[in-house]
Amino acid sequence: MTKNKKNMDPIADPHCVAPNSSQTQDKGLALLKYVIIGIVFGIVFVKAEIISWFRIQEMFRLQSFHMYGVIGSAIVTGIISIQLIKRLNIKSIHGETINIPTKVFKKGQVIGGFIFGLGWAITGACPGPLFAQIGSGYTVILVTLVAALAGTWVYGKFEKQLPN
Amino acid sequence: MNQFIEWISQPWPWYVAGPMIGLTVPALLILGNKTFGISSSLRHVCAACVPAGIPFFTYDWKKEIWNLLFVLGTAIGGFIAMNFLANPETIVISEATQADLTALGITNFTDLMPVEIFNWNTVFTGKGVLFFVIGGFLVGFGTRYAGGCTSGHAIMGISSLQWPSLVATIFFMVGGFLMTHVLLEPLMKLVGF
Repeated sequence: MTKNKKNMDPIADPHCVAPNSSQTQDKGLALLKYVIIGIVFGIVFVKAEIISWFRIQEMFRLQSFHMYGVIGSAIVTGIISIQLIKRLNIKSIHGETINIPTKVFKKGQVIGGFIFGLGWAITGACPGPLFAQIGSGYTVILVTLVAALAGTWVYGKFEKQLPN
Repeated sequence: MNQFIEWISQPWPWYVAGPMIGLTVPALLILGNKTFGISSSLRHVCAACVPAGIPFFTYDWKKEIWNLLFVLGTAIGGFIAMNFLANPETIVISEATQADLTALGITNFTDLMPVEIFNWNTVFTGKGVLFFVIGGFLVGFGTRYAGGCTSGHAIMGISSLQWPSLVATIFFMVGGFLMTHVLLEPLMKLVGF
């Protein structure tokens, strides 16, 4: 099983926040479902104006409830969903037990989280909305995306030298 | 049908958008045993394009292709919403925010983004360096250092009751408040506002 190839597998890496727990590898058209979930997600981002730089400014200036409502009700929905999955022992469509990896505390959540926050208030977008902004016609955000990739790469390059 | 399009074209309230975003969590878990998180896609792109022998980028990114397809979908969703479901009215921004931003030198409040910043003509100016290059770099570096962004930590992490994600989310907000209330004004002055 590929799970044992530790070096090759992000599951073995506690830094990876969206690891892949599935043993069944989706192929071909089965992968289309992720595009579709992404499309719904992108539509919501635009329709609820979450991609708006102004909405993020309102949030950090405590001048509108909108973004707090969005994030808060998303979390509540997530909590209820995960509790239902756990308590009813709901399986994935491939019959696998659903696995939610444990997040290990590290200094990066404080330092990195703070650095991300600084950037979030400048760009007015976390990574999800960046993609939706580009798709919705703000093509200049491609520059922001390249800069974000550079930031990710530099973190990877100096990972070992940073306090963690 | 026309009525439906008209209704769907209005801006969606938080109590519709939030639960829909929250439902992404069980949708990914049930349909593929996948954990919700967006910033990982940036890592996968690095791993696919410029791994440069760095251990952090040396893994089988093809196994994570679903994550890249998900963000591709997000971009397509943005295209669909803007071109077929766009709100006919201009965005309504809180008056207090408009007043604060006017004081910072922003004059146009008719679009989702301040058009005086977010256009191709500013790329090679100080404004572009601040809002695209520095901002983007901090987002990419910070999310990877933190091990996740708003989706991976604030939504997925807190939803699964993991306290390190709550800590991360609190520091996202601390950074955002500091930038907005203390650093943004001098930085914007510096780049010519």
